[in-house]
Amino acid sequence: MASSKPRIIIVGGGLAGLAGAIKIAESGLDVDLFSMVPVKRSHSVCAQGGINACNKVARQQGYSEWMHFDETVYGGDFLNHQPPVYDMANMAPKIIDLLDRMGVPFNRTSEGERDLRLFGGSLFKRTHFAGATTGQQLMYALDEQARRWEVQGKVTKYEFWEFLWPVVDEQGACRGIIAQDMRTMQIRAFRGDAVIMATGGNGLIFGKSTNSVICTGGAAARCYQAGAWLGNPEFIQVHPTAIPGEDKCRLMSESARGEGGRVWVPRKKGDTRPPGQIPEAERWYFLEEKYPKYGNLVPRDIATREIFFACRDGLGIGGGRMVYLDCTHLPDATKHKLAGIFEIYEKFTGDDPCHVAMKIFPAVHYTMGGLYTSFEPKPDFKGMVPGHPKNMMTNVPGLYAFGEVNYQYHGGNRLGANALLSCIFDGLFCGPSAVQYVQDQKSPAADLPESLYQKFAQQEETKARKLIESNGTFNPYTLHRQLGDVMTDYCTVVREENGLRTAAEHVDRLRDQFRALKLSDTGMWTNQSLSFTRALGDMLVYAQAILAGASLRKESRGAHYRSDFTERNDAQFLKTTVAKYDKAKDRPVIEFEAVPTPLIQPRARTYGKVDA
Amino acid sequence: MTAPANTKNIRFKIKRQDGPGKASYWQTFDVPYKPNLNVISCLQYIAEHPVTVAGEKSTPVVWDCNCLEEVCGACTMVINGKVRQSCSALLDELLKETPGGMVTLEPMTKFPVVRDLWVDRSRMFNALKTIQAWVPIDGTHDLGEGPKESAENQDVRYSLSRCMTCGCCLEACPQFLLGNQFIGAQAISQARYFNLHGTGKVLADQRLDAMMGPGGITDCGNAQNCVKVCPKEIPLTESIAAIGRQATVHAVKRFFNGPPRK
Ligand SMILES: Cc1cc2nc3c(=O)[nH]c(=O)nc-3n(C[C@H](O)[C@H](O)[C@H](O)COP(=O)(O)OP(=O)(O)OC[C@H]3O[C@@H](n4cnc5c(N)ncnc54)[C@H](O)[C@@H]3O)c2cc1C
Ligand code: SF4
Ligand code: SF4
Ligand code: FES
Repeated sequence: MASSKPRIIIVGGGLAGLAGAIKIAESGLDVDLFSMVPVKRSHSVCAQGGINACNKVARQQGYSEWMHFDETVYGGDFLNHQPPVYDMANMAPKIIDLLDRMGVPFNRTSEGERDLRLFGGSLFKRTHFAGATTGQQLMYALDEQARRWEVQGKVTKYEFWEFLWPVVDEQGACRGIIAQDMRTMQIRAFRGDAVIMATGGNGLIFGKSTNSVICTGGAAARCYQAGAWLGNPEFIQVHPTAIPGEDKCRLMSESARGEGGRVWVPRKKGDTRPPGQIPEAERWYFLEEKYPKYGNLVPRDIATREIFFACRDGLGIGGGRMVYLDCTHLPDATKHKLAGIFEIYEKFTGDDPCHVAMKIFPAVHYTMGGLYTSFEPKPDFKGMVPGHPKNMMTNVPGLYAFGEVNYQYHGGNRLGANALLSCIFDGLFCGPSAVQYVQDQKSPAADLPESLYQKFAQQEETKARKLIESNGTFNPYTLHRQLGDVMTDYCTVVREENGLRTAAEHVDRLRDQFRALKLSDTGMWTNQSLSFTRALGDMLVYAQAILAGASLRKESRGAHYRSDFTERNDAQFLKTTVAKYDKAKDRPVIEFEAVPTPLIQPRARTYGKVDA
Repeated sequence: MTAPANTKNIRFKIKRQDGPGKASYWQTFDVPYKPNLNVISCLQYIAEHPVTVAGEKSTPVVWDCNCLEEVCGACTMVINGKVRQSCSALLDELLKETPGGMVTLEPMTKFPVVRDLWVDRSRMFNALKTIQAWVPIDGTHDLGEGPKESAENQDVRYSLSRCMTCGCCLEACPQFLLGNQFIGAQAISQARYFNLHGTGKVLADQRLDAMMGPGGITDCGNAQNCVKVCPKEIPLTESIAAIGRQATVHAVKRFFNGPPRK
């Protein structure tokens, strides 16, 4: 099986993994691409609203790459590392051009230019979009290019293969992975001269979220237990506008507000009239009133808290946990641009948003934290040194993190339509860094002894067997529901010490119960229960790191809001939370690491709130 | 999700198969009714409580899904005899179709079963290779914008590009059979999609060659079942007609210019 040509393993075929695969294949190296689903079905297809970049029209209206950079850092409450964000904002227009050349059907103006829409945290139209299914369109374009490389033999896909563990050699460098075929259940080792994790977010830790079902964070948690650090694990984005459902919360994209949708509640508590019959004067457009400058397009953390507090104060629809997102007043042409999300709403609720105001509530949505990575800044901090092997490498040499699983770029809160950008940017800009790393290596993975790989494969075999044979009483699906409930109750929009402690105790208990569970499927063919249960074990470990970070960060910043420490505290906490897994104690150890602010100094983050 | 004592149950009759080549069998499960359930939330309930109506302990039903919002295409199955996505199949609607309150789930029949409701659709992805479903860009270097495009052309391309490789159109097609070669409406429509792009059309001739080869467009019997079941309302019959026309022109061109150069 050993081949002497260097190879790079990419785990994850969403936007980040595909962009990396294309860039690396183009540079001449072979890529092995792993995914739990056919890459074309990766979670990135869910993205709706768009992708940000300063283009020529925006520029002539006064916008610039610098402003995009500044908005991202201000939006992230200054917790972002500035050099990578600087590069991302500057490369954004070129990324759009490339996607355009790949055939993404971006919406067009009457002259055939790429159209733009308004998005949260900006006063300028700078979001490119393809209807309301932008992620799907970008995914397909990259999937097609990756297929082209596949046909040429430069990319080999391992679809329906699950990453189980990184292979780390005596020197502590990553030299491959262990993976399992989800159909035959075969576990085997794969050699790689560098490994890129592009495995996305961890919404499933919160039970129901806007994420896809494989977004468990399991892959990141496995790297963490193998020695990679987590950065800012406590920063979880709760999106203001979703439709709560039985199996998941379905997102109603920020583009609805970007195109003019308005959030309101009846002024009278418990008003039972249908929304269409409540006159304008009896509606409270609370975001517009409190934030006249940004209105409905304040960043997500702020919109979410305002909605949450309005409902807490009894102002939700009928006194419940819902507010209106109203698009009924929009012109038909605008409604057409939102058809993709309106279809989802109508399909799942039965109401047509063109005629009835939507009912929405916040839901867990995006993982700002993730695997801790570093980079090599330029001497003036305006960007990273291109192609430097350090860029987006974790603390484990040879192990990289791209996309949502990478903690860079978004700090304490991600701006809408910046995630797709950061994923593709990682792949295109940092793919060459992994290539450089591989070229600098003296001993190829192909020459390493088979015993190294067998050791890790054995470890995973044993773990799987233990789960299959576990003869306890607890049901993994029930434990997962409990994990989701406790994390949602205590560790989402509003957090405080007692609640976090309660949650931590509960998660500890769930970990004990996890050791005494029983799988209802113990077969060795396409056993989905095994895969789910293993991921559950890893979600519990990840949850402990989230809770530990949330408890130690005694301040409020971005999405992390503490009712017992309501102010941002730069002196103490303008710092990255670094979670390291202590193997002996089986617990996270939290450290804080200063975030330099070489280009933009922190300032008050008010978004022009009137009473601020 | 435990049921209060007196809630009504919904009965699921599910066709199961333990692996490729194994015999299939039926099992029935009850799921307590709640408003706003979809088929997937019921399958999740069954995964947590895998006990049949007869009280026999079983295993969680295996099925394929990811996005849960009808955009990834993974969760297609035959529900009450009709092929569709299980994430967007709402119980309240299904119960109207089957007044008896029984919901039947079966795997698609045009693809090999992996296990239970999970089928192997690699044939669809391979078809995308056959028709070279990509825009042949020079590379990822900064070469400026793509071709300018009218809003009308974008609108047509957008409607085609929403195909999520779900397989409904192929399941419903009388010409597409397990083991035959027909490429099917999905790939025909994708060929049209790429032939509509300024740079993508560079490969139009090769795509049309593939369309005129064995298993190509001439195998389509124009039954139009495909377009009726496509969840993304992709204008498949228009695509078939468009590719048919392009193929005719292409054949004439080939007649005068000789066979394709490789
Ligand atoms: C509903 C919704 C709407 C959104 N809208 C927008 C938007 O409009 N604009 C925007 O910028 N962002 C948006 N986002 C965010 C954005 O979609 C995501 O951040 C982004 O798609 C993540 O891409 P990724 O490549 O990092 O990972 P993903 O697309 O999540 O892909 C992860 C990949 O990793 C693989 N994987 C995971 N675990 C394993 C394992 N153990 N073994 C093997 N493979 C594994 C998966 O199979 C998959 O291929 C939205 C998110 C959601 C949920
Ligand atoms: S028109 Fe009929 S034969 Fe042709 S692809 Fe559609 S269903 Fe199949
Ligand atoms: S054309 Fe429609 S039915 Fe066929 S695979 Fe695509 S989305 Fe599914
Ligand atoms: S789960 Fe993606 S389409 Fe149903």
